[in-house]
Amino acid sequence: MSGLVRGGAAIVGAAESDLGHVADGFSVIDLMAQGIVRALDDCGLGLRDVDGLICATTQSRTSGLNLSEYLGISPAFIDTTIIGGSSFMFHVGHAMAALQFGLCNVAVIAYGSTQRSVGRRQASVREVNPYETPYRPFLPSSAYALAASRHMHEFGTTREEMAAVAVAARQWALKNPVAWEKKPLTVTEVLGARMVSYPFTVRDICLVTDGGGAIVMTSPERAKSLKKPPVYVLGHGQAITHANISSMPNLTVTGALASGKQAYTMAGLAAKDIDVVELYDAFTINTILFLEDLGFCPKGEGGRFVEGGRIAPGGTLPVNTNGGGLSYCHPGMYGLFLLIEAVRQLRGECGPRQVHGAETAIAHGNGGVLSSQSTVILGTAATI
Amino acid sequence: MPDATQSPLAIYQAHLDNGDLAYQWSPKAGRAVFYPRVVCPYSASTELEWRVSRGLGTVYATTVTHPMQGAPYNIALVDCDEGFRLMSRVEEIDPMAVEIGMRVRFRLHPAEGDEAAYPVFVPANPAGKGAA
Repeated sequence: MSGLVRGGAAIVGAAESDLGHVADGFSVIDLMAQGIVRALDDCGLGLRDVDGLICATTQSRTSGLNLSEYLGISPAFIDTTIIGGSSFMFHVGHAMAALQFGLCNVAVIAYGSTQRSVGRRQASVREVNPYETPYRPFLPSSAYALAASRHMHEFGTTREEMAAVAVAARQWALKNPVAWEKKPLTVTEVLGARMVSYPFTVRDICLVTDGGGAIVMTSPERAKSLKKPPVYVLGHGQAITHANISSMPNLTVTGALASGKQAYTMAGLAAKDIDVVELYDAFTINTILFLEDLGFCPKGEGGRFVEGGRIAPGGTLPVNTNGGGLSYCHPGMYGLFLLIEAVRQLRGECGPRQVHGAETAIAHGNGGVLSSQSTVILGTAATI
Repeated sequence: MPDATQSPLAIYQAHLDNGDLAYQWSPKAGRAVFYPRVVCPYSASTELEWRVSRGLGTVYATTVTHPMQGAPYNIALVDCDEGFRLMSRVEEIDPMAVEIGMRVRFRLHPAEGDEAAYPVFVPANPAGKGAA
C-alpha cells in the first residue's frame, strides 16, 4: 500500500514549453524554465512560491542543480528521479508525498529535451550492455518490436491493427494546433512506410522532436484559491519489472497491470469509470498493451479493440487526445505531456478535441523498454 | 563474501573464449540466472554456480532490424533449455524466416578486433524449420 491519500494533492498549473524544433541554442534548462514560468502563469503562482523542484532530462547530469541556479531558487524539496519516460508519473507520487508530509508547499515537475536539434545520439547516450550491444539492437525500437512479435504470435494481433493506433493518433493530432504532424494518415501509408524494426515501420514509432513543459502541484486547500479549477490526483501506482528487454519476464504483460491496479484501488475507480485515456504511445503496440493491462479490454484483445475507429475522434473511448507521441510531439521522455493533456481535458480547455463532460482521466507513463510503468488517475472537483 | 578475483563478465567471457555458453545456477532458487551477476535476483543468495549450457534453445521473440545502410539483420530472444533467456541473433537463415518456437543451436561468433566473442544461434535442424 502506498500511503498516498486519494485527492491528497492537486495539479493546478500545466504548460508546454516550445515544441517541435526549438530556436537554435536553446538548452534543456531553458525549456524547463519556460515550461515552469508558463505553468505558474497558468495557475497564478510565481517562482517565489515554488519550494519543491522535480525534474528529469537525459541531457543534464545534475539537472536539479542547474535548474535551481537558473531559476534563482533553493528548493526545500528536490527530486531528480530518472527512470525513462514514466519518470514524471513517479514524480507525481513523490510530489504528493512531499506535499502531504509538509516537505514543500508548491512543487513543480519539469522536463526539457532538444533531441531533434542536437540529434538522438547526443541527447541520449547509449550505455553498453555486453549481453545485448553485440547484436546491434536499435534501442528502443528493437525491444518493442520483440514485444510486438510476441503479441502477434500469442494473440494473432496484426500489423493493420497496430497501424490503426497510428491512424487514430493522427486524427486526434489534426485537432491539436501544436501537433507536429499536420496531414492525415491511412493504414496503407503506415504499412508502406520505411521499415525500421519489423513489424514496425517509421509510422509505428513515435516522433523525434524537441520540447518540454511543467506542471504545478499543491495541496487541495491551496488549490481552491488559484486561477484554474484544480485537477485532483485520485490514484497513483507504479511498477518496475526489468531494465533490459532480455530480462522482461513476459513480453505481453507489462507492469501497467500492477501500477493500474494500485491506482484504481486508491481512486476507488475502474476502467469503465474513466472518461479520457492518455497512454504513452512510443510505439503502436504500447497503446494496445496498456489498453489491455489497464483493463479497457481483455488481454490479447487490444488489436481488435483499436480497430474501427474506437479510440479515434468520435469513437467510444477517447485515447491520446493530443495526438500522442506518434503524432503530437515526442521529446525523448514523453510522460509529462500525458499529464498536461489530461489536466487540460478535465478543465475543458481542449477546443475541437475536447471530450465533453470529462470528469476522470488516466495518464499512464511508460519508461525504458516497457521497464517502468506508472499510472496516475486524475479527477475534477466533482469526483472528490 | 570475500573479495572477487574475477568479475561475472570475465568468467562468462572466458567460457565463451573456450567455445562454451555459460550461465549461473542458483541452488537456493533452484533455477538458472542470466546475465551473470554477484547475487541471485530470485533468492538474494550470493551462492551462484557456473554451468555450461548444452546450447539448445527455442526462439521466444524475434525482430528484423533495418539499418539505414547495410542488410537487415535478426535480433531474437532465445530461451535456452536450462531455463535462461538471452538476446541473440539467429544466423544461416533469412532473418524474416526466424519464427517464434523455432529450435535453435548455439554457435560462437568469434572475437574480431576489439569485439569480444559472443553467442549466436543457428536453426537446430538443417532445413531451418521445426517451429514447435
